[in-house]
Amino acid sequence: MKAIVVGGGPAGLRAAMTLAQHGLEPVLLDEAARPGGQGYRSPAPGIALDIAALMGSQKAKYERLHRQFEAARDTIDYRERTSVWAIDGHTLFIERNGHTNVLTFDSLIVASGATDRIVPLPGWTVPGVFSLGGAQIALKDQGALIGRRVAFLGSSPLLALAAKQYQATGATVAGVFDTAPFYAKIRAVPHLLHAPHTALRGLSYLAQLRMSGVPLHFGIEPVRIEGCDRVETLVLRDRTGREMHIDCDAVALGYGLKPETQLAELAGASFAFDKSFRMWLPVIDADGRAGPDLYLAGDGAAIGGADAAEASGTLAALALLADTGHTVAQSQIDRLRASIKRLRRFQRGLATAFAWPHRDAGALPGETIVCRCENVSAGDIRAALGVGLIPPELNRVKAITRCGMGRCQGRMCGPALQEIVAAQSGAPVATVGRLRTQAPIKPIALSAAEMPR
Amino acid sequence: MSTTVETIIIGGGLVGVWTAYFLAKRGRSVIVLEKESVGAQSSGVNFGNLRLQGRYPDQYPLSLRSQDLWERLPELIGDACEYDRTGHLYCAFNEAEAEKLAHYAKVSRANGIAIEDLDRSDLDKRFPYMGGKVIAATFSERDAVANPRLATPATSRAAQALGATIIENCRVTGIEARNRGFELRVDDGRTFSCTHLVNSAGAWAADIAARFGETVPAFAAGPPQFVTEPVPYFIGPSIQTIDGSVIARQIPRGNVILAGYPRTASDPVANRAPVPPHKTLAGMTALARVIPALAHASVIRVWSGIEAYLPDMIPIIGPSHAIPGLFHAFGFCGHGYQIGPGVGLCLSEWICDGHTPTPLAAFCIARFKSEVAVSEKFKAEFDSGGQSR
Ligand SMILES: Cc1cc2nc3c(=O)[nH]c(=O)nc-3n(C[C@H](O)[C@H](O)[C@H](O)COP(=O)(O)OP(=O)(O)OC[C@H]3O[C@@H](n4cnc5c(N)ncnc54)[C@H](O)[C@@H]3O)c2cc1C
Repeated sequence: MKAIVVGGGPAGLRAAMTLAQHGLEPVLLDEAARPGGQGYRSPAPGIALDIAALMGSQKAKYERLHRQFEAARDTIDYRERTSVWAIDGHTLFIERNGHTNVLTFDSLIVASGATDRIVPLPGWTVPGVFSLGGAQIALKDQGALIGRRVAFLGSSPLLALAAKQYQATGATVAGVFDTAPFYAKIRAVPHLLHAPHTALRGLSYLAQLRMSGVPLHFGIEPVRIEGCDRVETLVLRDRTGREMHIDCDAVALGYGLKPETQLAELAGASFAFDKSFRMWLPVIDADGRAGPDLYLAGDGAAIGGADAAEASGTLAALALLADTGHTVAQSQIDRLRASIKRLRRFQRGLATAFAWPHRDAGALPGETIVCRCENVSAGDIRAALGVGLIPPELNRVKAITRCGMGRCQGRMCGPALQEIVAAQSGAPVATVGRLRTQAPIKPIALSAAEMPR
Repeated sequence: MSTTVETIIIGGGLVGVWTAYFLAKRGRSVIVLEKESVGAQSSGVNFGNLRLQGRYPDQYPLSLRSQDLWERLPELIGDACEYDRTGHLYCAFNEAEAEKLAHYAKVSRANGIAIEDLDRSDLDKRFPYMGGKVIAATFSERDAVANPRLATPATSRAAQALGATIIENCRVTGIEARNRGFELRVDDGRTFSCTHLVNSAGAWAADIAARFGETVPAFAAGPPQFVTEPVPYFIGPSIQTIDGSVIARQIPRGNVILAGYPRTASDPVANRAPVPPHKTLAGMTALARVIPALAHASVIRVWSGIEAYLPDMIPIIGPSHAIPGLFHAFGFCGHGYQIGPGVGLCLSEWICDGHTPTPLAAFCIARFKSEVAVSEKFKAEFDSGGQSR
């Protein structure tokens, strides 16, 4: 029985550890140089960064995960800096240090994590604009800041967290600008009570920022980012319609997370449209089964945060073990199911509190670059729909405009593209389709090609 | 209520829309029925080569007629579709291949095409980026490329402007021959009738022919393709190795596109053309061998298409032998983009005049009444007799 786990975040680490505890010798593949994934990333050695301080109240969980993985390392075939770029049947095509190779598996757990969901705005391609996740990676991996005076813009609980981390590391926070109105947060309270600690933690970040004099604004409307070689000003409109000009040299943009589902799709998962997140999510059962020999865990399956990732990684591994004739404890399964259910319900609450501003995305000014790889503007997309694309379908729009055809394969522009097409054509967003995934899911250099066998 | 027209065309690929264009231009009533959007299949996803050198000898009259149409796109349809007379460099790795090149060049010249013979020192001077393993090449200056994503929709718009009707998202589900004509049913229940019927349904066309008892050994496949991220523009012509491992071109915005054999089976029922990753790897290795400077360029996207192939590697073009009024044009075996406009012109002549001046006897469907020899090209370009995976 050969089990492979893809992804070295909390979900993947827990999955691999669980398989190893049951006597399997799992292979764990991860793109990064060190285990931990995005949230529990550990800094490069030799960097003077007090990661424990940055992790704040998550410190204990962070340390426990890393410590336990370190202890289990001998029982896991852990391969860092290894990226899976294609899947064909039960074969993974991987790339490591500039060389390709293949690995076969009997069962596969994909714990591929999430990436930022972005609403573009005019000027977002000016140097100094980062996704919120990118801003956090720069900090946690390299101890680097994206700027000295950083504005945090979007609609996400992570805005306040990242702002606090930046402030603690010596940056000036030019402000946290949330596009969702504050009452949306109040309305979400019943959902948020499914994980009261997490909710309180979020509120305490906001309170701490406010106490230190950081401007916090809710219900704002992003207008544009100004600057030539570098971000100079972030222009916003407040709830009363007044323009605000924020002096800053970097902007971190984040509108919540979206699962990285490319591998799941190549491995054969099917997808369903989720109304509260307004995204297509892989279809899984309560334990993470997504198809024959295929299991999904963590944020790559459904956004749930680090605790849900750990729990769902363990649960997916238990499901795999049960399906392959191993004895597993039903009580443990029941407990994990219950806690994952609760945590994911909390995330639904967050999706209300920090709403994806789909109307803003759909109504982006024509000159806004939507696809930064291929330089396609919102106007280009609307023009393509204008020449009679009926019914409107994202892959057709992509073929005509090149939106989503570049390096990132639509991972950044896809959500905005979906909203523009739906808004422009008047079609319900669930009916305009979904950008299809093709290998390679990450760019791969010709020189890396080595023929298997 | 049934809609009646003179000609109905099943399939809005390049062949279907050009046929409609020329019929409409002559004032004939014509409807194109397309199950998806025009150009959604092979015509929209192909490599975009308008290659003249190295074609099947009997196809030259058609091919040249078609190239002339491609060269006049702005005048004909008001859109150049990124047509670019890049020339085509045909390359050999060894003596045996060089001999083959010389043979192709002879055939091309006999058909009036200017071919330059290049040895290694010529290559070093004119195309210095070509890898050292290439020992000889021929260059054909009139060969060109055009953007497949644009060509079919643009032609469709021009045909509509001339009075043709193009109906998308409309799949023909039933066809019956009736009193010197045809009656068609489509998936939303509408019916149409016509006196002339064109079967240009691409990889789905053989099923339509089979309804009239004309069975042909067609199967669906496509070459695996990929595109790199943009790199500085340096490759002028489209480049092909004679073994088919590399067919590559760079577009002015910098991306390099590759198609390479062996081809891969595709699935017209599930409407999918998956690319096995090992074929992508093979293409990457082959491309880096031919143009070493691309070694550090990254592949960002792969795709293929659903095209009908026949064992003798030439298409079926012309009237049905089973029933008057029916015309077939399919099985283009991976080279129908270049001849697409010409095929449309010939079909329109057949329908309006009862004949076409272009010799097309070699492409008659009746050749499949007896066993057809499998071409060497077929054996070379598929993994094993069509079992391409
Ligand atoms: C990957 C690839 C690369 C290629 N590269 C080149 C190249 O570089 N140069 C070259 O010359 N050729 C190339 N070709 C070949 C070329 O693309 C095709 O030969 C050409 O496009 C065929 O055009 P068509 O109109 O016959 O077929 P298609 O474009 O396939 O059109 C057929 C249409 O019929 C429709 N249809 C089918 N059944 C029905 C139905 N029942 N009702 C309604 N509609 C129906 C389909 O949806 C489709 O749109 C390539 C092919 C592929 C797949």
